[in-house]
Amino acid sequence: MAEPVLDIRNLSVAFPTRHGVLTAVDDISLEIAAGEILGVVGESGAGKSMTGMAVLGLLEPPGRIAAGEIRLEGERIDQLGEAGMQKVRGRRIGAIFQDPLTSLHPLFSVGDQLVETIRFHLKLGRDAARARALDLLREVGIPAAESRIDHYPHQFSGGMRQRVVIALALSADPDLIIADEPTTALDVSIQAQITALLKRLCREHGTAVMLVTHDMGVIAETADRVAVMYAGRLAEVGPVAEVVRQPRHPYTKGLMGSIPSLRREVEELVQIDGSMPRLNAIPRGCAFNPRCGHAGPRCRKERPSLAHGRVACWLEQGGVQP
Amino acid sequence: MSTFPLLEVDGLERRFDVSAPWLNRVIERRPKQILKAVDGVSFSIPRGETLALVGESGCGKSTIAKLVVGLYPPSGGTITFRGDERRVQMIFQDPFASLNPRWRVGRIVAEPIRTLEPGRPDAEVEARVAELLATVGLNAGDGTKYPHEFSGGQRQRISIARALAGEPEFLVCDEPTSALDVSVQAQILNLMKRLQRQFELTYLFISHDLSVVRHMADTIAVMYLGRIVEIAPTAELFAHPRHPYTRLLLETIPDLEAPKRDRTPMAGEVPSPIDPPEGCAFHPRCPLAFDRCKTERPELAGEPDRHRTACFAALPVASAASCVAPARAQSRST
Repeated sequence: MAEPVLDIRNLSVAFPTRHGVLTAVDDISLEIAAGEILGVVGESGAGKSMTGMAVLGLLEPPGRIAAGEIRLEGERIDQLGEAGMQKVRGRRIGAIFQDPLTSLHPLFSVGDQLVETIRFHLKLGRDAARARALDLLREVGIPAAESRIDHYPHQFSGGMRQRVVIALALSADPDLIIADEPTTALDVSIQAQITALLKRLCREHGTAVMLVTHDMGVIAETADRVAVMYAGRLAEVGPVAEVVRQPRHPYTKGLMGSIPSLRREVEELVQIDGSMPRLNAIPRGCAFNPRCGHAGPRCRKERPSLAHGRVACWLEQGGVQP
Repeated sequence: MSTFPLLEVDGLERRFDVSAPWLNRVIERRPKQILKAVDGVSFSIPRGETLALVGESGCGKSTIAKLVVGLYPPSGGTITFRGDERRVQMIFQDPFASLNPRWRVGRIVAEPIRTLEPGRPDAEVEARVAELLATVGLNAGDGTKYPHEFSGGQRQRISIARALAGEPEFLVCDEPTSALDVSVQAQILNLMKRLQRQFELTYLFISHDLSVVRHMADTIAVMYLGRIVEIAPTAELFAHPRHPYTRLLLETIPDLEAPKRDRTPMAGEVPSPIDPPEGCAFHPRCPLAFDRCKTERPELAGEPDRHRTACFAALPVASAASCVAPARAQSRST
């Protein structure tokens, strides 16, 4: 098998605080192949954005990578330091964030921002860079790109702005794109346009994409594989159609059942009682055990690993009894 | 035969003046600019039922919520409420902004009681607050805490308890679960359905999420740029959507039961409500638009109280069912 573009091994992200060390991402391993979209899904605080930020080298201090390694095309990037990451970020890893208005500089035209990014990473002349900027704007579907290139971010609608952000992320033809909730701020019809665009670009350029979102619908629509996160850990990883249709982890099952269906009437939605534990109160054993209907003694003592198969659950690995 | 509906809204309009300041208008010779946020909306909600308004940002659904509870005066049209006007309550989208951070939860929940019944003894009010907190699934002891000590879902439960404190018959819910995670959303939606049965509540439910609306509503009104373009009972709307906008919306939502499908998304964006297109506001994006749509504005037509559509191209009742499939195929191939 070809080497994955992104290879995360046993990554842990920790935040030392006065009240002890909080582990936001706890021993997760993931890989993404060229041209593949991996969806990372979970509820607020599950650690999905933190994983993306760790890959980008953008963890806010005091957050830091406490263990594990991150490899981009076989080369370790988790120890590069700020100067080294500046050459990787933008050039080899592109980023798309939730709010396109805060990702763009309000005082520069989108053309200037694109030209600056392209020239920083690709060492092109001003004219060549502008020509590339125009091509990129056309590629992401900005109508009348020749005149729009000199407009400022506030002159674009939300959907168009997110297209500009995607053009920026693509400007140096990166190997990997981290898209963190790229459609959350957009209306459904615009959301569909942006996911379709991401899919097309990923296919055409062979870019690996890590799509971080809380929206299972967007994942089902866009991703090839999905990783479900809970309390900083991976609960389940697998091909999207399998995880969506036949979820195996009790948390994934509950999550899928709690989404109202467009096709069927249900009297009552499946309800997972309680809420995700705070980082300072993650239970021993399986993090989901207090909310799980199947939990046994083993679940309260030992943490299940994802090593054998795609589900981190004792039900799948020899039962819940010790 | 039929009793009068609890709420009747007829020809409701709300305009906002979004003009530049007076001096700029004079110097730059610019006319006044009026935004028609709600432009002739009519619907009614029978007692004990849920009507949902659904649409994308800027379609006017939240403005209607504020008009119905009286936070805005209407610019035109009438709102008839056949009940005790004091027994209308509202639940807002953001449980972080809608609870006073400096008040204890007990005081927040007690506020409607103290406003409506100033003479009620303290002990009684406290007992009632404890009962309300239990009704929404919180502990009686939570009354002494502050809102920041709760998660988003728990805060929305506090909002619901506060709304119930006024013993409402009618609740306006403006995107009550949009700020919540899906598993928490399920808890709140289940709670709201249970309360509706228990207290015979009538809901005006506002959401952009068609799957949530399908779960909650008896009747759905789809809005586009300040107007209702289609209104029908929930099952009927999902089985036989007639308006091209409704169909495209249904076509656009990610479907968990058909993952990883490739489709062509609806092109274009919602135009600015300050300067909406002539004729039918949807015609620039509509695959079925013809000349008449560009000049004349369609009114809601169809069977009263059943299924009504504001569209010249929408098909007559008999063939509506059979048209859905080809229309889907067509929008996929374009």
